[in-house]
Amino acid sequence: MPDAPLLNIVDLVKQFPLGGGFLSKPSAWIRAVDGVSFKVDRGESFGLVGESGCGKTTLGRLILRLIEPSAGRVEIDGQDIMALDRAEMGALRRKMQIIFQDPYSSLDPRMKVEGIITEPLRATQQLSKNQRREAAAELLEKVGLRRVDLDKYPHEFSGGQRQRIGIARALCVRPDLIVADEPVSALDVSIQAQVINLMEDLKEEFDLSYLFISHDLSVVQYICDRIAVMYLGAIVELASTRDFSVATRHPYTEALLKSVPLPDPHRRTEPFAMEGDVPNPIDPPQGCPFHPRCRYRFDRCSLEKPPLTAAAPDHLVACWLNGGKGLGNED
Amino acid sequence: MSSRLLEIENLNVHFHTPEGIARAVDGVSFHLDAGETIGLVGESGCGKSVTSLSILGLIPSPPGQIESGKIIFDGHNLLDFAAERLRKVRGHEISMIFQEPMTSLNPVLPIGRQVAEPLMIHQGLGKADALKKAARWLDHVKIPAAAKRLNDYPHQLSGGMRQRVMIAMAMVCGPKLLIADEPTTALDVTIQAQILSLMNRLKEELAMSLLLITHDLGVVAQMAARVVVMYAGQIVEEAGVGDIFDDPFHPYTEGLLKSMPRIGEGIGGAKRRLSEIPGIVPVLTEVIQGCKFADRCPHAFDVCRRSQPQLTDVGRGHRARCWLKEYPERRKSDA
Repeated sequence: MPDAPLLNIVDLVKQFPLGGGFLSKPSAWIRAVDGVSFKVDRGESFGLVGESGCGKTTLGRLILRLIEPSAGRVEIDGQDIMALDRAEMGALRRKMQIIFQDPYSSLDPRMKVEGIITEPLRATQQLSKNQRREAAAELLEKVGLRRVDLDKYPHEFSGGQRQRIGIARALCVRPDLIVADEPVSALDVSIQAQVINLMEDLKEEFDLSYLFISHDLSVVQYICDRIAVMYLGAIVELASTRDFSVATRHPYTEALLKSVPLPDPHRRTEPFAMEGDVPNPIDPPQGCPFHPRCRYRFDRCSLEKPPLTAAAPDHLVACWLNGGKGLGNED
Repeated sequence: MSSRLLEIENLNVHFHTPEGIARAVDGVSFHLDAGETIGLVGESGCGKSVTSLSILGLIPSPPGQIESGKIIFDGHNLLDFAAERLRKVRGHEISMIFQEPMTSLNPVLPIGRQVAEPLMIHQGLGKADALKKAARWLDHVKIPAAAKRLNDYPHQLSGGMRQRVMIAMAMVCGPKLLIADEPTTALDVTIQAQILSLMNRLKEELAMSLLLITHDLGVVAQMAARVVVMYAGQIVEEAGVGDIFDDPFHPYTEGLLKSMPRIGEGIGGAKRRLSEIPGIVPVLTEVIQGCKFADRCPHAFDVCRRSQPQLTDVGRGHRARCWLKEYPERRKSDA
């Protein structure tokens, strides 16, 4: 199916049981991902932002089928991954790979770099040991490390170098899609720039698409073409990066953007203090999940949950303001 | 009103490791005036946290050892204080908040008790009075229904609320100096905004000095009056916050500022490639002849690799540790 988007997610839901045990029923369910739909096209970098507990990491794992969804569909190249058996899923894994946040815990400390990088190859391809080593050496050089590093262990590298190894491992099967879950959050600023630039270069060279999950708006905005904002398991706004910044429609997106401290001492702003915490997902608020913290709320917001609808071409928002179009921040 | 509250003179802190001596703090000198906020900036392992722990006498020893230097607080050298006398300063005149509120609060003590404890120890208040004052402080840092939550345990609170408890605990005795080590790094951005706003308000109210340790240049730009930049155990640059951002002298500071993606930048225009600082920080056990940044510096030349530059005035109270002061013609314009 050449016309199908690379990744198509339809009404994806993941519920986690709370309490309960071997024979007893769970006392409640948490809807960590609550009906999420979006598409990622080939060559696109799609950003998923939101605060801790909004469901962005769970969503990333659902897409790779590292956990099973409660409902909904994930399609890669038009293929429903839930319909695949184990062997077919293994083959599909070559199309998508993941990079994790913590380069310290995501590499096996007892394995040499060569083994770490070629592990996906051993699982999915028939290459000789020498061919695998050659492939690993080539990849290491692509990510800015050296051939001699093949025989070292993860502890011999710095955080930034370990993240490079994680990237080389993901690239090894020549995937189409890389899910990057906070890939630079644990790194220092100067190293963060190195890894971001590397990811940009590799995207060109290997024709990659990224699903970039992060809480850091400046990084997401730098890398991504489109951005979806999640709050309590659901997307509240989805727009091009440009509209996300200059034609913001959801009050939560506005609050996120204005909360980032500006690196400019001449533009000191009183921090945009939004009241309250993210609500407890066990007991989400009635109506719009954001209304208890929203400065624009009115009667309807506490009664009915706003649907995610198109407020402008390619700009979705879930907000009752202006007849369902959200804030009128037109530029 | 620019009375010196804190003056650190030539502080050297070494850690004795199996790989050799790590010079975690290598000749650090700076001062903090009463009521002033300083941002202490640098990447992991640059010595910013070790510097602050030295002020409080909290360096784990062994392996750590304050080799030499002075830490003069309110006219007294804290390094001359016996443990008992230092304990009376800590939590009373100098307090500290840490990055991770969950690990710095006691998980088995109710939060009311924890906030009240410094009052009982340092000001000799009885338990009832101390708890009353603790409740007022928890209310002041905007913990909702504070009086009812005195018996809550830390795990019952969110990350932002725990950090508020930490702040209340640090503030109850009205310290002259608050040391905040990455106070908002573990928090979400909307909660970070709340905590920064709270810290600004309390600082004004109490006319307190703040030593803010962070890697986040946005936080520094919004909070600090002066900035101290550290690299590999040394101060490489120090200036007013405006000078640091507008006219950085040291190539490391310049590199940090340029390597950061910024909100709203390049929207609709061409994407700027982030500038990288190549390489990685040197190992602290390594003895380096010249400038510690030379291997990563785009301007480095032979002198930089041969001898170490001193921290000198480059104009208007702006200090930098760089040979480009003596050899300005070596600064490459395109680097």
